[in-house]
Amino acid sequence: MTTATQFTLAELLICAASRAFAEDGEVLATGIGVLPRLAASLAMHTQNPDLMMTDSEAFLLSVPNPVGTRSTDFIQANESWMGFSRIFDNVWGGHRHAMIGPTQIDRYGQANISAIGGTYHAPKIQMLGVRGLPGNSISHANSFFVPNHSQQVFVEGECDVVCSIGYHPERLPKGYELDDIDIRYVITDLCVMDWQGPEHTLRVVSLHPGVTFDEVQACTGFALSCLNDVPTTVFPTEQQLDIIRQLDPHNLRAKQLKDNPPGIRGDGV
Amino acid sequence: MNKQIEMDAFCARLRDGMTIGIGGWGPRRKPMALIRAILASPVKDLTIVSYGGADVGMLCAAGKVKKLIFAFVSLDFIPLEPYFRQARQAGAVSVMEIDEGMLLQGLRAAAWRIPFIPTAVGLGTDVLRHNPDIKVIDSPYDDKEWVAMPALPLDMALIHVNKADVRGNCQINAPDRFMDEWFARAAQETVVSTEAIVEPEHFYAPEEARNVFWERNFTHAVVHLPGGAHPTSCQPEYGFDVSHLTHYAKSAKADGFEAYCEAFACLQSEAAYQDKVGGLAHIQSLPLPTY
Repeated sequence: MTTATQFTLAELLICAASRAFAEDGEVLATGIGVLPRLAASLAMHTQNPDLMMTDSEAFLLSVPNPVGTRSTDFIQANESWMGFSRIFDNVWGGHRHAMIGPTQIDRYGQANISAIGGTYHAPKIQMLGVRGLPGNSISHANSFFVPNHSQQVFVEGECDVVCSIGYHPERLPKGYELDDIDIRYVITDLCVMDWQGPEHTLRVVSLHPGVTFDEVQACTGFALSCLNDVPTTVFPTEQQLDIIRQLDPHNLRAKQLKDNPPGIRGDGV
Repeated sequence: MNKQIEMDAFCARLRDGMTIGIGGWGPRRKPMALIRAILASPVKDLTIVSYGGADVGMLCAAGKVKKLIFAFVSLDFIPLEPYFRQARQAGAVSVMEIDEGMLLQGLRAAAWRIPFIPTAVGLGTDVLRHNPDIKVIDSPYDDKEWVAMPALPLDMALIHVNKADVRGNCQINAPDRFMDEWFARAAQETVVSTEAIVEPEHFYAPEEARNVFWERNFTHAVVHLPGGAHPTSCQPEYGFDVSHLTHYAKSAKADGFEAYCEAFACLQSEAAYQDKVGGLAHIQSLPLPTY
């Protein structure tokens, strides 16, 4: 496998995010949004062929669908039916790893996609609602994807609406331990993190090329920990980039990060 | 028993203060013609239970909603439903915001006529903080605490299907039936709008009968409304109307909901509405979505 020398930041993030699914075994991989979906699809094509993915509608696929418009003679590789109701029957058993992009994430790993500001009765900005986050967070593994690492996302206090359970001792239900909660990775445009710092604090485990820990900390509303001798995020291989191009023939990945920056800062891709 | 009724008979069944559950999901297979009939009716103070899309947005915009029981409201390709958003930000509706699966369990509890279903879903989140009526209980079998998701009984369920016979056998051919069967089972009265009325012989073939997901004693009225899910999708017949929903979403920041209704004759009649949006043939030619 040849390490690539030229790649976009979006491609670096897809490859970094795909490693989150590598050790999962036979679970449903749900990547919400173009880059997380490409990450899960890439993982299914490379490190973890046992993953299960859906067509984002009602069928399970043995080969993930490419993103975007597909030709009229495209035949998707259905292997089973799993409508929305049946998803709960599967995932409440714990066999899933979801990767979503919340609007807010706090120091406890709690996430918010419901509403921001104002009061709960009349929020300043109403968003989606809690959706399936309460159930996801207490049932199975979850990772986060953040395309704009900033203090607006990584908030100083608690999330305005706590949609998912995290590592918050005061919110821990009776009979639970913090280790029962399974928040895996946070992939951002600056770094990769996990929640395995002291007492499940957020910890930087790799920095993207040209990014420093101080820069990451300055863009985060709470104190981070960091691996000793933190490595640079692993570069994509040419093989991974080839698969990504097949999974994303319309290059939708180029539109996901502002100005589609190069993977190595200062590189003119 | 012949359960086929016309739209005016549906409207006659509506009462102020009803709890109405709406089938479908976001912009998919919503009984929109029935929703438009509610918009045009004098009924008010509704409690709406829905995996919400434009159904919720329109009912909020028309001031019909007193309380909303929901997990999300979204048009999918337009993530944030504009009129739901306005209503929430104005504090115009009271809400019971719960997880998608809690909503399903609430409908199941109502269907099975039990007061609650225990679940871990919701623990540790603001769902419990903002819904003090949802109790957390000890288990007789282990040392953990559990959310006692209360039953969500419905006065009426509204569901849009692909085919139905006049006795109330309903068929869904779309890729997903969502939670529709649980809305039907949780309701005192289920009103179904259908793309097509079929003869009982249609269900003779086992593969047709297997696409009937609740029994006819949970269907109380059938309204023949081809195109009745527009602007949401009714696969395989038609996809959601991207340009119409885009216009609808923009109207929230332009002339507002009354102007939208006027432009498309939403409050006049289904025939007038379909004429304004390009006709039934146009609706039936809307391309299916790619996810």
